Amino acid sequence: MSTALASGFRDAAHDAQKVFRVLMDALARPTTVQPLALDLIPPAPLTPELASIALALADQDAPLWLDETLGSEPAVAQWLGFHTGAPVVSDPAEAAFALVRDPRALPPLDAFALGTEEFPDRSTTVVLAVESLEGGTALRVEGPGLPRPGTLSPTPLPDEFIDTLRDNRTLFPRGVDFIFAAPGALAALPRSSRLTEEA
Amino acid sequence: MSETGYNFAYLDEGTKRMIRRAILKGIAIPGYQVPFASREMPMPYGWGTGGVQVTAAILGADDVLKVIDQGSDDTTNAVSIRKFFERTAGVETTTATTQATIIQTRHRIPETPLTEDQVLVFQVPIPEPLRFLEPRETETRRLHALADYGLMHVKLYEDIARHGHIATTYAYPVEVDGRYVMDPSPTPKFDNPKMDDCPALQLFGAGREKRIYAVPPYTKVTSLDFEDHPFAVQTFKQPCALCDAHDVYLDEIVLDDRGGRMFVCSDTDHCETRRGEGHRGAMLGTAPEAITAGGNSRV
Repeated sequence: MSTALASGFRDAAHDAQKVFRVLMDALARPTTVQPLALDLIPPAPLTPELASIALALADQDAPLWLDETLGSEPAVAQWLGFHTGAPVVSDPAEAAFALVRDPRALPPLDAFALGTEEFPDRSTTVVLAVESLEGGTALRVEGPGLPRPGTLSPTPLPDEFIDTLRDNRTLFPRGVDFIFAAPGALAALPRSSRLTEEA
Repeated sequence: MSETGYNFAYLDEGTKRMIRRAILKGIAIPGYQVPFASREMPMPYGWGTGGVQVTAAILGADDVLKVIDQGSDDTTNAVSIRKFFERTAGVETTTATTQATIIQTRHRIPETPLTEDQVLVFQVPIPEPLRFLEPRETETRRLHALADYGLMHVKLYEDIARHGHIATTYAYPVEVDGRYVMDPSPTPKFDNPKMDDCPALQLFGAGREKRIYAVPPYTKVTSLDFEDHPFAVQTFKQPCALCDAHDVYLDEIVLDDRGGRMFVCSDTDHCETRRGEGHRGAMLGTAPEAITAGGNSRV
């Protein structure tokens, strides 16, 4: 006998709106830590924060890609499929949202959809589950959304992530947007953010 | 009280997700027009269907909404959109700029400086700044991709050649964060400087043209100009006739058929607030005592 499927948002309209506003604030104000409190209990190893973002934004028009850690647990794809209706794709370049449970195993930048010069919006949003938004390598950036340079230090991060960010900015307006999802909080580095010189 | 039978804020959840994804892309690529599947709304195109869809997608139960039409809270467009969200979302509404968390606007930016806790949603008729110079979407899209904005400079130059100055007074093109040239919607150019380095997030929705774009907070927004013809905003010879405000955008009101006219604040909340504080313009009348004594005057 199979176990019952864990529930999704209790209040679809208002929960999705809350998650979206937190994400919107995070992207509009890069590096700022935005609290996200929702009592979602998705199947492990999917974290409540990754799950909230998927439930809020993924659907039949916005496919998901799961990293190996998430993909190796069938209950994750099953839960996401049931609650969002989003296809789970095997090629990250076809995904609107890439859910990355183990940031150290992040695929190279060009594995994702980077958009085109004419449609830079046709790109993947990469959501990284991190343990904390503090204590890691300091990513010091400036650009839209920041009155002065801001610093975000998520951990863990992939090796050479600073190079990845620099490459990503070089592609502008193409590129991906990074969202960092720690327990109870989100932060973001959209493609518009530029690493400052001393970083 | 909100109407039953509609989802919160009218739009279905699938539509909101689609609009929200477009908004997030717009924020990440400041000034770039993100295509979106604009829906038919229960109001005609030209009445703010783009702004309404953006507002519906970001609105939460705790938000306080203000809607202005040419700076005014009490003209038809503003009243009907405010009522629409009162009925479909049951949210609190206000006319006070400082009380609002979301301000939907048709063609003005409030005189009161905005804060980090506010979102400004613009209703946009024609989002493509190059459209009247190049009618083909395939071409304007390529020009944006190449950041080739020579056409726009030629247009401004032709203004100078013909009129001696840049004669564009509204929908004055801006460059966002040094990359995309953007139409700030038909706001008077007086409001352009308010977009630069603004603490509030600015979102733009064009319903008929199916585009969403954004200016994140604290983003460089530069009005296009030339070294020898620098950008300058409109100035007015006299202050507001009702509240005596200087350095605000004024509307001209014709009073009779003998050339009588007055100039008053376009931003009604700003004007009322100032009059409440005791500022008096040259043409401000005094209410008869019978009315003020009745206790129902708005002063």
